[in-house]
Amino acid sequence: MKITVNAEPHEVASLTLSAALSELGYDNPTLATAVNGSFVPRSERVDTALKDGDLLEVLSPMQGG
Amino acid sequence: MQLYGTKITSRLLLGTAQYPSPAILMEAIHASETEIVTVSLRRETVGGSGAGFFDMLRQTGCRILPNTAGCHSADEAVTTAQMAREVFATNWIKLEVIGHSDTLQPDVFELVKAARILSDDGFNVFPYTTDDLIVGERLIEAGCDVLMPWGAPIGSGQGLRNPDALRSMRAHFPETPLIVDAGIGRPSHAVQAMELGMDAVLLNTAVAKARDPQCMSRAMGLAIQAGRTGFAADPIEPRDMAVPSTPILGLAELS
Repeated sequence: MKITVNAEPHEVASLTLSAALSELGYDNPTLATAVNGSFVPRSERVDTALKDGDLLEVLSPMQGG
Repeated sequence: MQLYGTKITSRLLLGTAQYPSPAILMEAIHASETEIVTVSLRRETVGGSGAGFFDMLRQTGCRILPNTAGCHSADEAVTTAQMAREVFATNWIKLEVIGHSDTLQPDVFELVKAARILSDDGFNVFPYTTDDLIVGERLIEAGCDVLMPWGAPIGSGQGLRNPDALRSMRAHFPETPLIVDAGIGRPSHAVQAMELGMDAVLLNTAVAKARDPQCMSRAMGLAIQAGRTGFAADPIEPRDMAVPSTPILGLAELS
């Protein structure tokens, strides 16, 4: 299915958020995720089903003021 | 100083952005003797550097204060705060909800809305706000135990644009920790904020963009200590006329 990850289009075979992150190569332990603007906790990624057109945000620590 | 039940000794909170290198950031953190550093969340690339940056900061022993910088609505800020809580394992959040991209002025209406949602959800909210008293009251009603009024627009280095308003805030919120956030450019600005009775100063650009960030972070730390100590000493008020400091009594008659 086609999803958007951090504003980039991607084609993934995975059906859940946790599987999609692995498929895309995100293995950094300090990631936070949101699907369609809503936070998805780490513990819920495995049960979060993705559908065509979903918008994923994958964030990580960054310098800030 | 107590911030949400945590005793903090250093009254300087330091931002981690815009330094010439990670090594210089670390030097600046050490030189400032800060105990709280601000960080953010941004889109991660595969194999990106977010974990390494976080590990580096953790080694400083500083408390992490994540921000919601760049959010323009309460919804965005709430989601960002939830993500930050998971990543940084802290309930602390520096809540920024920006109204204008050019002035980076807080949208105080969305700010109060987000502060209420987050406080109800167990967050300890540090709201970046204006110096408006009513907004401050609303933020406290929403659950904030700390207020962070601006000194001047973010990154402007102008110093305190409206010292009288900060003085009013001090008088109006005698028990609430007040942290001047944004607009500090020089150590003298930080001294002025502390002499007004502010509890702390949060700054970033003034240190990160100085030619020598390590030296400036030390200067800021010293300035904040000097200003706070001066405030505690209860300074004299200015007088219209000269008053001799050397006693008149016992003055010799020599003419």
